[in-house]
This record gives sequence, C-alpha cells and structure tokens, in this order.
Amino acid sequence: MASGIEPGAELLRIENISLSFGGVKALTDVSFNIKRGEVRAIIGPNGAGKSSMLNVINGFYHPQVGEVWYCGEKRKGAKPHQIAHQGIARTFQNIALFKGMSTLDNIMTGRSTHMAANMLSQAIWRGTAEKEEIKNRRYVEEIIDFLEIQSIRKTPVGRLPYGLQKRVELGRALAAEPVLLLLDEPMAGMNVEEKEDMSRFILDVQSEFGTTIAIIEHDMGVVMDISDRLVVLDYGKKIGDGTPEEIRNNQAVIDAYLGVPHE
Amino acid sequence: MSPDVLYTIEVILNGLMAGVMYALVALGFVLIFKASGIFNYAQGVMALFAAMTLVGIQNGQVPFSHLINAIFGTHIHHFGWQLPAIVAILLTVVVMIIFAILVERLVLKHLVNQEPIILFMATIGLAYFMEGFGDLMWGSEIKTLDVGLPQGASLALEEYTLKWAAEGTEYYGMYLDKLDMVAALVALGLVIVLSLFSQYTKTGRALRAVADDHQAALSVGISLRKIWVITWCIAGVVAMVAGVMWGSKSGVQFSLSLIALKALPVLILGGFTSIPGAIIGGLIIGVGEKLFEYSIGPMIGGATENWFAYVLALFFLVFRPQGLFGDKIIERV
Amino acid sequence: MFYRQAGDFKTTYRDDIQTFPLKQDRWGYYIVLAVAFLVVPFFINDYWTSAVMLPFLIYAIAALGLNILTGYCGQVSLGTGGFLAVGAYASYKIMTSFPDLNIFIVVLLSGVVTAAVGMLFGIPSLRIKGFYLAVATLAAQFFLVWLFNKVPWFYNNSASGQISVPERSMFGFAITGPNADAPVRYLFCLTFLVLLAWVARNLTRGRLGRSWMAIRDMDIAAEIIGVNPLKSKLSAFAVSSFFIGVAGALFFSVYLGAVEVGEAFGITQSFLVLFMIIIGGLGSIFGSFAGAAFLVLVPVLLKNIMVNWLGWPTDIAVHIEFMVVGGLIVLFLIAEPHGLAQLWRLAKDKFLLWPFPH
Repeated sequence: MASGIEPGAELLRIENISLSFGGVKALTDVSFNIKRGEVRAIIGPNGAGKSSMLNVINGFYHPQVGEVWYCGEKRKGAKPHQIAHQGIARTFQNIALFKGMSTLDNIMTGRSTHMAANMLSQAIWRGTAEKEEIKNRRYVEEIIDFLEIQSIRKTPVGRLPYGLQKRVELGRALAAEPVLLLLDEPMAGMNVEEKEDMSRFILDVQSEFGTTIAIIEHDMGVVMDISDRLVVLDYGKKIGDGTPEEIRNNQAVIDAYLGVPHE
Repeated sequence: MSPDVLYTIEVILNGLMAGVMYALVALGFVLIFKASGIFNYAQGVMALFAAMTLVGIQNGQVPFSHLINAIFGTHIHHFGWQLPAIVAILLTVVVMIIFAILVERLVLKHLVNQEPIILFMATIGLAYFMEGFGDLMWGSEIKTLDVGLPQGASLALEEYTLKWAAEGTEYYGMYLDKLDMVAALVALGLVIVLSLFSQYTKTGRALRAVADDHQAALSVGISLRKIWVITWCIAGVVAMVAGVMWGSKSGVQFSLSLIALKALPVLILGGFTSIPGAIIGGLIIGVGEKLFEYSIGPMIGGATENWFAYVLALFFLVFRPQGLFGDKIIERV
Repeated sequence: MFYRQAGDFKTTYRDDIQTFPLKQDRWGYYIVLAVAFLVVPFFINDYWTSAVMLPFLIYAIAALGLNILTGYCGQVSLGTGGFLAVGAYASYKIMTSFPDLNIFIVVLLSGVVTAAVGMLFGIPSLRIKGFYLAVATLAAQFFLVWLFNKVPWFYNNSASGQISVPERSMFGFAITGPNADAPVRYLFCLTFLVLLAWVARNLTRGRLGRSWMAIRDMDIAAEIIGVNPLKSKLSAFAVSSFFIGVAGALFFSVYLGAVEVGEAFGITQSFLVLFMIIIGGLGSIFGSFAGAAFLVLVPVLLKNIMVNWLGWPTDIAVHIEFMVVGGLIVLFLIAEPHGLAQLWRLAKDKFLLWPFPH
C-alpha cells in the first residue's frame, strides 16, 4: 500500500480532526501531515491531546469531525487491527506488553500481520504453519539482535525491568515491519543513558529500515535533536508546526510551555 | 375487567414480588462490589448459611452433631430448647459478623490487588466451602423456617379483587402471598436504612469514599480492611434477611443458594454499583420471567424461569453492556 | 545421569520450539505414553476404569478445552456443563440417525457440532469481558440444559427423558454399551486425550495461541498491533467447545452409557471443570491433566478414608469433600495462582540445578 510513496512524499494527512468524549473536547480542528521517512514529533503540555492523536491515527478512536488520509487514500471506519495490517505499528505510554508471555512470544505476536497459516495446519504443526513459524522466528531473532536483548529471549516480560520492557515493546512494534511507527513517550521515566540508547535505536530504525516515525516525547532536548519536524498541541489545538528551529522561535509555543494564562 | 386482564395483572404483581426477593440478594452483591470491587459469588450461600444457622439456633440443634456422632458414636441432636425468634435472629447476626471477620482475615487480606476475575473465582471456592460447612454444621435436610411471618394467601385482597371481574365470568380473586408482601416491605425498609446509614453516619461516608476511590480513601486515613469487614457484615445481615424470606417461603434447602445465580442477571441489568439499579433490575427480571412463562411458556414446554433471566441478561450485555444506568465505557490505552 | 539442560544444544529454530526441549523430558514423555498404552490396559479392572481412569481421561479433555478458553484466552466460562451436554446429545442424535457411522467419527462430529454452538454463545465475548461474560455463559448453561430436557426430539421421544447409548464397535471390539470391556473403553478415551493434547499444544505454541494470550493479557494492545479480536475470541470458543464436546460425547457414550441432562450436565460440572484448571494451572496443558487427576482422585480418596476406613456416613464425606475442594480453590488462588503446573515447573527448575543451586 505504501510502496508507491516516495521518501519525502506525504504518507499520512490529518485533516480538520475534532474528537470529544461526551462533553470533553480532546482535539479541536487539528490538521498536519507526516512525510515518508521523517521523524515527526508531536509535543505539547500534559493533556494536550497527543495520545488521543495517536489513537486517532491507528484507528482506536474515531474522530467526530475530520478525515485521515493514509497513502493517498481516505480512511473509512477501519478497525485498529486492519490498520495494523496497513503498516502502522505503535508503542504505548504505559507499557502494554503481554505480561504472561516471554520476550520472544511478545515480539512474535507483533509478526501476526505477516502470518496466515490456517487453523488445521497449525493444529497438526505441519506444512505452512511450521515453515511460517520458523521463517518469522528468524526475522524476530534479527530484531532481538538489533535491540541487544538476546539474554532475555525466554524471560516472561513481567519480570523485566522497566527500561528493558520499553525496549521489548519497541521490538514488538518493529516486528510488524511498519511503514509508520508511532512511539508514545518511549523515553518516559528513563535515565540519560537509557534515553541515549533509545534515541540511537530510533534513529537506527529510521535509517536502516526506512521507517517513518511519529513520536510523542516530553524531553525537549531529545525531541529537538532527533526529529525532522514537530507539531505542537495545546488544549487539543494545534499551535505550532515546523522544523525544530521554527518551533523554538514560535511565540505561541513558548507561551504554552511557560504557562501564559489563556484569556 | 375481563379475567384475562386480571390474570395478567396478577402475574405482574407476583412477578414484582419475586423481583423483590431477587433484589434482596442482589443488594448484598452491590454492597460488597462497591466497597471492594469483589463480585461475591458466595452471597447466595451466605443467605442459605444464615437461614440454616437461624433455624439451627432457634430449634436448639447441636452444631456438627452428625460429625460428633460419627466420631464418638454418640446420639446427640438437640439441646432441647426452643429460642424466641428475635434471640435467634440476633445470634445469627453475631455468627454472620464472625464469618465476615474470618473471611477478611483468612481470604480477602491475602488477595488484595488481584484481578477481579481471580477474586470472583475465590468467592466460588468460598461458596463451596461454606456450603459443605453449613451442611456439616446443621445437616443437609430441608428445614422449615418460621420466625412468625404471615403465611399463605391474602384473603382480604382476594375478596376485594373479586368484585373487579366482569359480571358472569369465573374469577376467584387475585392471589398474592402475604409473605411476599412482607418481603417487599422489609426490602423497602432495608434500602431506606442502608441509604440513611451511608448518608448520615461517619462509617457510611467512609464506605462511600472507598467505593469512589480506594487510593484516595486510604490517603485520608480510612482503613480499607475495617471497611471491608463492615461491608461483609452488612452483606451478611442482608443475606440473612434474604435467607429468612426465601426460607420462610420455600424451606431452607440447597436450591436457596441457586437464587444467588439469579441475582447475577439482575445485576447485569441494574449495574453492579447501584442500589436502586439492583431493585429495578430485580423487578424487571421478576416481572419478565413471570410474564414470559405465563404467555410464551405453555407453548414451549414451560419451566422457562430456569433460563429466562440469563438470556435476557445476555441480550442486554450484547446491546447495552453498561447496564440500564451505567455510563458508556470509554476505553483508554 | 542428572536432569540437566547443559549439553543439550539447539542448532535449529525447529529444535528450539519443540514441545519438550529437554532430552530427559522427551524420554519421560515417551515412557509415560508407552506405559499408558501398553501396560495400563492389562492391569486395570472395572472399578479403576469407571471410578478413576475414565473420569480422569474425559475430564482432562474437558479441562484442556476450558483451559484454552479461560487459561489461554482469558474468557471465563461457566457454561461447560451445557457444552458437555451438547456433545453428549449430538453424539446420541448422530449415532441413532446414522447407525453405520464409525464411533470415532461420531465423537469427532459431536465436537464439531459443539464448536458451532460454542461460537454462537461466544459472540457476546466481543463486547463484554470478565465476570460479565461469565454471567452470559450461564445463559448457555441453563438454556441448553432446559432445551435438552424439554424438546423430545433431542432424546428421540424416549419415555424416561433419558438418552441411552446403542452398542457401537471398532475393529471388532465393543466401545459403547454394556458389552464394552474396561481396557477397550480406556484405550478409546486415551487415544482421544493424547490426540487432543497434541493439538492443544500445537495450537497454543503457534500464531493462534499467541493471539489468544495477547487478548488475555491486554486485549486493546493486541488489537492495535494487529490481532483480530473477533477471530481470536471466536476461534478460542470454537476450539474450546470442540474439546468439551468430544469430552461430552465420551462422557455419555463410553463412560455413563445413559444420562439425564439435568443430573449429568448441571452447573456443578461447569464449576468442577473450572476448579480443575484453577488447581491445575491456568494456561498450561500439563495443568489441565494435573487438575483433572487431582479433582478426580481427591473425592475417591476422601470417600475411601472417611466411609470405608472410618465408617462415617456418606453424606458427611460429601460435605467434607465440598469444604476441602472449596478450601483448596481459595488456597491455590492465594498461594499459587498458577496451580500445580507452576509447582511442577519450580520443582523442575530446582532439580535442574541440584545439587548445587548457585
């Protein structure tokens, strides 16, 4: 689906999105786009609607107003798992790993979108099921190598420390070979060293796999360093959009972060 | 009015009465669920256990007499006294309070922070244990429970409604059980007392605080464990009231614990956290199953009361998972 | 020769994902299989067959089935009794409608019918979770039992309302009916158990099993990374009900021979099988076996001690059995929520390092 989109061309376009829960407005008339191959950051103070934005992009929330265009096609009421099949993967703000499963199984689950053996074949573990399992295992092992988590391959993820869990979660998202990778605060709660590791992984993913990345992150230093363009949300509205340099000089953004009272 | 209409009214009234009985059990569920997030499957067995204990104490039965006789070869059964109903009721309340404390000490304390479904399964285990324990303590035979509640049909109502039927039709007046009417009054009284308690006492406020937010309640110095014991005590008393009503109506026997299961669909309709919901849910189920049995039952072989409530709840779950009064659930990641 | 992991190297992914990665485990498994098929049949008598072996084999199949749904996919069901009944009545209707059909096929088809019914009752799981779903499955339990009780077609209008099994045989041996020998019935059920356990193992280690566990552990995240919740949940219901249907068919045709639906497949059966997987271990194939064995043996043991040895009346034994089983459930949920299977794993882990644990 995404194969026709050249690097630098528009991959995803958000058009006039408004989303509310009951009477609470989470997003108001937000528009921006994401180009293929870039690192696009979504920033803003707490409660600005950043996570809601990601939830809209991967189809978990359905906005009342507005359109989502992906690979030049307008999206119509697709379910999250269908959108995953279109090549959008993500990680979560509060780690959402499958606690009862090993690292390997978690990442293998991320390969679901690439597996299709029928139930009978799986039941007898012959033919397509076994071949497919081994082929995908090989790919997953590459990701395990890439993220340097070989030693915890068979450890139940519930027992892993926080930083490693975040890394496994990134692995699970990468396993899907996504076109567009959504990262929701991948460095929250990490120390400087861990943040450096994670930044390196993110940039490697972009350069090695050519993956487009949309990232929410609070650490301004990191965000300004790794992202190509940023969009800034405040109270559900877009207040800034541009390169790190432009954002740094944007008065509305400065006001929002310094807490100038809303009139 | 034609007898058909009158019959239908009668069915509805009886359904309402049955609904009150379901609501009584459901009430116990709601109390515990609100305070501790536990879906207490054992509520029905608690009602059974309370009723058995009441009968046992009233008739001066020796607890565990069968077991004692089996071990020591003795033949003891009764102390040989008969206690007044009110004394027996008070003693039963004491037993239920001891039970509540034991449950908190031995079970709940160790299951804090477990997933709801684990807690649910634990209460199924608890129900099994109590059932065996109750039978071992008081014997498993069917017992009659008589605490002086009026029994039988209300003749006054029958005579009064006789006049409503159209001239020349065969109609013998409306049949309503006096016990059912008492049960309705008791349930009403219970709800009033409970709401006054939760509105105007310190403990009541603490209960509501815990129901709202465990963490916040803890942070202002409310002891969760104390609250849990109190809730289980109250639920025990509510179970006893339900047990007395059901026991007076149909004898104290195993099937009484199955009414707990009937309370589950009631809760699905009414929502797990709303006392008025429990009452209204109970009434809807009571009326619904009686009307269904009366109108459709004969065509499909009868005894539809066995499943009607569950299937109704099933449809509810599919089309309105949050119950009648719940808010729409917003899921977050 | 110690129980060791060392030296047992895996050089292919195929080796790494096999069922028993350790050589010693593999041998243990072959020995158990050989004993079960080649030794036990020569030593069992009627009492052992009907009091212990058949209930164990059949409940183990049912427990495997429920474990797939509850332990692996996280959907609690209290409708097991109803689905066992579907299997039993399906096998009865198929046997009486097609007298020439092989009994093995009949049992499999009963599983297929039950799978379809299970999927139907699994539809609410797409919208509701946890004990809400548990309540919804109660609808299956009560409705199905009522249905088999009230609609004469299901019991071929028999006067008693019971169904009783006609005689069927395979390779010249009677499998069902009064002429079936204990070893034959045992082997027939054992074959099904071994086959289905193998299938359960295969399904749970592959894509489908992972999607079930993903739904169990965090359904929203699972959907977002591309697991189709509809397919996962309904397939869990289907596979689970297939197993339970096979168990129901065997329960009726091979074990009891004649059943009355309310007695044989009541709500207590639903709880019994649920207890088996809690005690045995949720989400574990071995646990299904262990739980079934445990809850089949405990009552037999208690009864032998209390009634035959101490001479107490049977009703006291039954009450104490209730207390013991209920107490054990609570105890396991508190002390070891992963059941006997976890204890077994821990013991093996200890043994792997014995005698130098550090």
